[in-house]
Amino acid sequence: MFKKFIDKSRAKSPWIMHFDCGSCNGCDIEVLACLTPMYDVERFGVVNVGNPKHADVLLVTGTVNPRNAKVLRNIYDQMPDPKGVIAIGACGLSGGIFRECYNVLGGIDKVIPVDVYVPGCPAKPEAIIDGVVTALAKFEGLRG
Amino acid sequence: METIILMIFGVVVAPILGGLISGVDRKVTARLQSRFGPPILQPFYDVAKLFGKVKVINNFWQVFCAWVYLIAAALSVALLFAQSDLLLIFFVQAIGAVFLVMGGLASSSPYSQVGAQRELIQVLTYEPLIILVFASIFMVTGSFRIDEILAYDQPLLVKLPLMFIVLGYALTIKLRKSPFDFSTSHHAHQELVKGVLTEFSGPYLGIIELAHWYETVFILGICALFWHTSLVGVVLLLASTYFAEILIDNTMSRMTWRWMLKYVWSVGLVMSFVNLIWLHVG
Ligand code: SF4
Repeated sequence: MFKKFIDKSRAKSPWIMHFDCGSCNGCDIEVLACLTPMYDVERFGVVNVGNPKHADVLLVTGTVNPRNAKVLRNIYDQMPDPKGVIAIGACGLSGGIFRECYNVLGGIDKVIPVDVYVPGCPAKPEAIIDGVVTALAKFEGLRG
Repeated sequence: METIILMIFGVVVAPILGGLISGVDRKVTARLQSRFGPPILQPFYDVAKLFGKVKVINNFWQVFCAWVYLIAAALSVALLFAQSDLLLIFFVQAIGAVFLVMGGLASSSPYSQVGAQRELIQVLTYEPLIILVFASIFMVTGSFRIDEILAYDQPLLVKLPLMFIVLGYALTIKLRKSPFDFSTSHHAHQELVKGVLTEFSGPYLGIIELAHWYETVFILGICALFWHTSLVGVVLLLASTYFAEILIDNTMSRMTWRWMLKYVWSVGLVMSFVNLIWLHVG
């Protein structure tokens, strides 16, 4: 019974950590817009934490380059399991308009495993919320 | 026998009560910001989830300190319910507070270190005030024992109105609410991440959250002593105190520890002395 409650809680309390790899910052601002009273993701139990050790879901925006890939990897490794990763925006998915640049590696999934892709340039807050909810399905899948 | 039953009752009921209070707190805060807010049971989901996460620890001391913090907080609530001695309760809860600081100091992370230092200053700020409150209760009722205080026929609030405000300061600091939330705050990302709690994760963060609920109930229990003569009075007093707490949290910004020390000690001490002199003369 207790185990069941924990599994249910996982889907009800995703604490997000937000990392912006760079690029134009558009998606970054859209992620923060989700936390404003307008979209109020806190009603789903989402808390924006600044510490990877407390986070369940990592939201990554922007383009990965060799320099911040290490940082991204480090943050990912510091998050205790179970955890989910959401790549946001065209940049996070493939490099977007910056993909031809000499220092851009491509999508986030070149560095860390990604669970959910949220497209858009910038991604809409609605789509980001949708992405978080989809990532929670992964936690529910752990029930097994 | 009866005391043991009361103690067990306290240990079991306090976290449920504390969790509900913190759920209501988040809901009311959200409404004040014209948001919908999370469900009332959200704190329970959070803690259950934390207990379901993988254990990541830095060293043995961190785990040990988290457990001592929880046990001390639970014990102080148990003693409160068992109507024990106020001074004993005070020392037990002080041990818990100190061990939380030691847990923060146990790892070398700078955020955790800074948070622990700040937490220590917070502890130094509110402990003297709580002692003064207990001493003034003693001056009125002539006893530190809670069962004898409860036998007093008049609400303490009549004789110690200023001491209640002083206790309110201690409550605000203990609950880590603005403007005193500088040792751990969800909203201080760039400044100190999560302060003293930075290095605690998963189940250990859950333990600390649980201990925090005990502490909330503990301080509200002390507040309840101020109007012990009627049940309606207790409920009214606690509800209005906590609402004032939330209101202050939402209207104030975080301050520095220097400001806190200066402000809380000067105002707190002056109010205590005025109240005690008035008590002596009156
Ligand atoms: S996807 Fe578009 S909006 Fe988002 S960071 Fe990249 S360029 Fe900016």
